[in-house]
Amino acid sequence: MSVASPTKVTPPARTITTKPRVSDQIFRGIVTAFSFSALVILSLIALFLFLKGFSTLRAQGFGFITHFEWSITTDDAGKEAAHFGLQAMLIGTVVISFIALVIAVPLSVLTALFLTFYAPNAVKKLLITVIDLMAAFPSILYGLWGYFVLMPMAEYWAKLLHKWLGWIYIFNVPEPVFTRSPFIAGIVLSVMIIPIITSVSREVFSQTPLDRVQAAYALGSSKWGMIRAVVLPFGAGGVVGGSMLGLGRAFGETVAVYSVLNIVFRTNFHILFTQGGNVASMIIQKFGEAGKTEISALIAAGLVLFILTLLVNFAANFVVTRTVKSGR
Amino acid sequence: MQSTVKPIRPWAASPRDRALTATSVALSVLASFLVVAVTPMKGKLAYAFVFFIAWLVIDSVLVIRKSGMKGVRDGLAAKITLLGGALVMMAVASILWSVISRGIKGINLAFVTENMRQASLFDPIGKGGILHAIFGTVLLIVIAIIFSVPMGILTALYLTEIKGRAAGLIQFLVQAMSGVPSVVAGLFIYAAIILNTPLRASSFLGGLALTILMVPTVTRTAQEVLNLVPRDLREAGLAMGATQWKTVALVVIPAARSGLITATILGVARIAGETAPLLFTVGTFDSYNFNPVKGENTAIPIIVWRALNGGSPESVQRAWSAILVLLIVVLALFIAARALGTKAMKK
Repeated sequence: MSVASPTKVTPPARTITTKPRVSDQIFRGIVTAFSFSALVILSLIALFLFLKGFSTLRAQGFGFITHFEWSITTDDAGKEAAHFGLQAMLIGTVVISFIALVIAVPLSVLTALFLTFYAPNAVKKLLITVIDLMAAFPSILYGLWGYFVLMPMAEYWAKLLHKWLGWIYIFNVPEPVFTRSPFIAGIVLSVMIIPIITSVSREVFSQTPLDRVQAAYALGSSKWGMIRAVVLPFGAGGVVGGSMLGLGRAFGETVAVYSVLNIVFRTNFHILFTQGGNVASMIIQKFGEAGKTEISALIAAGLVLFILTLLVNFAANFVVTRTVKSGR
Repeated sequence: MQSTVKPIRPWAASPRDRALTATSVALSVLASFLVVAVTPMKGKLAYAFVFFIAWLVIDSVLVIRKSGMKGVRDGLAAKITLLGGALVMMAVASILWSVISRGIKGINLAFVTENMRQASLFDPIGKGGILHAIFGTVLLIVIAIIFSVPMGILTALYLTEIKGRAAGLIQFLVQAMSGVPSVVAGLFIYAAIILNTPLRASSFLGGLALTILMVPTVTRTAQEVLNLVPRDLREAGLAMGATQWKTVALVVIPAARSGLITATILGVARIAGETAPLLFTVGTFDSYNFNPVKGENTAIPIIVWRALNGGSPESVQRAWSAILVLLIVVLALFIAARALGTKAMKK
């Protein structure tokens, strides 16, 4: 008896597909939809600020950012005459933020270097926690501290600066009133942005390639020689980016600056004098008693501030990501 | 007899080095006292200034014989970085000390258990409290969490799990969003909702404004945490035949759970003290308002703001005490986030 040759059975071919299941399609759809929330929110902010500020922008035209008068008067016929110009506030914002950067950048870079290369491990851990915590302090806390604790001290420093360096234009004052000046607001802002700049710089410094560090030491470099030749060139981009992130924060700071700055609609470069401007604080200051026309102007001011900070942040993120990724 | 060679450590400080350091510090202290006594420079600032300069000079002189100019520069750099760190720490210490020492004077039982219905900011301390503001802050935080946590975590999931074509753009926009000034967030809610709809200032609108500020923080932290979940876990899930949805829901998210809670807490710490947006969107109220969508409400930062602008000694005292309460809340959140965060990292 011969064995019947086995019949060849071909199983039906399974269809192979890369098409996701229905559940996955729903999942991906929902996640993708939500991921665009950032885009939606940012565009809505721009849209509504533009819509509500449009009447002012049209009435004031380009003068909205080049004039420095902010007044609204009603004549006998009940007709409103409004002059809104942000120039003094914009320049004031830049001046204050610049002072903040001048103080904060060196301090932050030194702190970051200290944390990365000099501090013993226990100190390092503690300091990093403290600096992270500093970033979480409420901004109104900086305002209170700035007004009641820092201002008396800073007034004394300002007098010293004026006494010894008063012959330089920016340290001169028309009248000897040193409180609530751009100088003091700048110091408060610098304390607020130090944690941002420090943590970005520290991150970049700590990513310095170890082989380059060791190469520098192997060539007989001292620690400072190594830092100057390897770490600083490597981290320069990160420091610039971090500083710009800090600048963005400084531009938009509101209540802390309001507490320590005397807001006056006049362009002032005497930084020790009690007269300054800041767009964000001005919005808060004027909002309380603003009528319909003025609210539109304030919203337009908010739009200008929004665009300004957005641009600074775009640039900062561009610099930071490029440096951190390319490692150069 | 066996002996192991004891490794030498040429970089460690020898007793001689230590003696030199001690000498230079002692000499500089001496110099600072001398200079302050002799010259017209006075005050704490003068002591610190003279001490630091003297320390730099004296130490450089002591080092120059051993290591030359290179050693001097190295020493200078070390001291100046130390100075930078010390200045930053002094600022933090000054802030914490002033809040604690000034705030503690106004803290009493009434301050944390009563509201301001029967009292004003200008009444003597001991009358009226901020419990209603604590409640208002909690309400704002809850509303902000409800909106921002799903938004933030789903955006983070898009960036880590789906990695779609728009990932680069979304990442960019989230970072840009973290730079939106808080006053603009408040102004936006005012312009978009209060000017256009019948809704008026309330906790709900305040929560919406805070959501804008909270989403970027939650997204970025959640993204970092999700990136820490090992790829193996995801691949294991998919290899067992799970769909992507099941893998994410049953493997990735549970693995990252404590990290995601950390992300939420950090977001809350970011917004708990925000003041500017609330001034446009929440208004102010002297007692409890349990209705989130109707009627003005208050929060701790609003109380601080009003008390600070009130100007009288009592109201300023209230501002310090209220900010102390707020700071304790933020600190507690921060410590909780740290504890959970380190637990997540270890796992």
